[in-house]
Amino acid sequence: MTALAEPTSPSREEIRAWMERARRRRRMRQSGLALLMLSPSLVIFAVFVFYPFFRNFQLAFYRTPPFPGLPKQWAGVDQITDVLGSAAFRNSVWVTVKFAVLTVPVGIALGLVLAVLAHQRLRGITVYRTIFSSTVATSVAVASVVFLTLLNPQIGLVNYYLGREGAQSLLQDPTWALPMVALVTIWQNLGFTFILMSAALQAIPDEMLEAAEVDGAGPTRRFLRVTIPLLSPTIFFAFVVGTISAWQAFGQIDLLTQGGPGGSHGATNTLTYFVFTDFFERQNEGTAAVLSIALFFIVLGLTLLQLRYFERRVHYER
Amino acid sequence: MSADTSALDSAVSDVATQVSDPVQERRIRATRRRHRIGVVLRYTLLTVLAGIVLFPVYMTVVNSLLPADVIVARPPTLWPEVREWNHYATAWTDGHLGLYLRTSIIVTAIITVGQVATSILAAYAFTFLDFPFRRTIFVVFLATLMVPFEVTIITNFQTISDLNWLNSYQGLAVPFLATGFGAFLLRQSFLTLPRSLEEAARLDGYGHWRFLARVVVPLSRPAIGALAVFSFLLAWNQYLWPLLIADDEQYRTVQVGLKQLSQSNLAEFPITFAGTILAALPLLILLLVFSKQLVRGLTAGAVKG
Repeated sequence: MTALAEPTSPSREEIRAWMERARRRRRMRQSGLALLMLSPSLVIFAVFVFYPFFRNFQLAFYRTPPFPGLPKQWAGVDQITDVLGSAAFRNSVWVTVKFAVLTVPVGIALGLVLAVLAHQRLRGITVYRTIFSSTVATSVAVASVVFLTLLNPQIGLVNYYLGREGAQSLLQDPTWALPMVALVTIWQNLGFTFILMSAALQAIPDEMLEAAEVDGAGPTRRFLRVTIPLLSPTIFFAFVVGTISAWQAFGQIDLLTQGGPGGSHGATNTLTYFVFTDFFERQNEGTAAVLSIALFFIVLGLTLLQLRYFERRVHYER
Repeated sequence: MSADTSALDSAVSDVATQVSDPVQERRIRATRRRHRIGVVLRYTLLTVLAGIVLFPVYMTVVNSLLPADVIVARPPTLWPEVREWNHYATAWTDGHLGLYLRTSIIVTAIITVGQVATSILAAYAFTFLDFPFRRTIFVVFLATLMVPFEVTIITNFQTISDLNWLNSYQGLAVPFLATGFGAFLLRQSFLTLPRSLEEAARLDGYGHWRFLARVVVPLSRPAIGALAVFSFLLAWNQYLWPLLIADDEQYRTVQVGLKQLSQSNLAEFPITFAGTILAALPLLILLLVFSKQLVRGLTAGAVKG
């Protein structure tokens, strides 16, 4: 319209300058709205994520006084090397690694087996699918108390049927405590793993399996050569997610063993539980901060692994 | 049998009636029998596995119904002859399950609504608004995913304590009102909306708020639903944080309440187990009603871990 009124059309530079001005104006106008929309999240993150995260690094350099009220003492890196070099820290890392090894591969294998078995056209299969996914409705606390029906020394079935009547619970046995906590964890996560694996199985096109069948591949071969490779991204993903959550395991340990048997060198004293007891029972925020930082870097490594996989998958889908 | 099996069965019997050759007939019968045996075997295997998965829950229900003197008797009771349903009422009142569930529902509702709201707002800003440092701020959001909550409990406990929020709903909920994961998930969903929608809305005189409420949110319902389910599960199942900051009966969530119950003496164990079943019921019902959304929420949510 304006073009009609003007004798000469504006030059390219003029148009560009005009558009640039418009863009800047829009940006200015939208900045206020953006700030309004982002600030709720940013305030929460600043107060409850970044501030406590960075404060760990400050706390790590000071020794916590034996009695509250006394001044904190600068310790430099001494406290960090003390904690990281301590037998209790090495024990908790080792316990958590063992816990991850006990829970993750077995959990994934079981979830996969159930998903494959439930992935067939049979009447009433939805009932089985619901049952296999049902443990997703249990929290860590529910799962832990449910397993007391089996593991409690007086009323549990395990001691009775193993002929250990009157003996202590397996949860108090240094050899068996961690495998039992792992068992509860596997059971509690089974529903989730099953759902994850089922979703991945359903995404496999039937034609692929049929083609393999036409080529003369039997069920075992089809499973190993077609299904497993196609599921490998999901399996890897479940592996990383499971390993990260093993490092964050807390509830089942607090409810079943309190890190024991064996005190601060306990057979189930995982790293997160160690952080908790160091801060809340021994009230030592300095050493607890060092432990938190260690936990952060371990989980960070695992998260980066997961993100790399995720990037690849997104790329692949495009 | 299902479509697949019955089709095969009838196809086999069709052929069987047409064929008169006795050798072939026998072969066809054998195939059919093998097929039937296969089906029976599959059902047996599925049922045994389902039994194993459910067994701990079954024993919890059995134990919740036993009279106090029976639960400690040996050999263990596997089928309750006498069923004391009143243990559930006792768990609800004397076991404070009613109170714990109330707290859990309130806190979970606040966290879920809060996370969905803050995530929608942040995702909208990242998708539809132009402002300085947009990329940097988005990276800051993603960075929060790298910090597990367990790493921040020391200072967060002190912050909540300094705010005088120990034993309060705000203490239980406020640290979780925002989530980088939610903003990320919804941004991914918002980005798939066609740009022409925005222009059309603009022509109709929609401002940003109206466009957000009338177009973006309704069209992104699946992603928002998935986020809501994910937030709900995370909030409902929380254990460490409520254990730290709420030791008052009034503000104890169900999960921490179970710890309390599990430390009761043996005679009260049936009530502990009744309470456990009551604690698990809300999620179980939701699982049955919203199974589709649950699957979506879990598979999307698992990205965070």
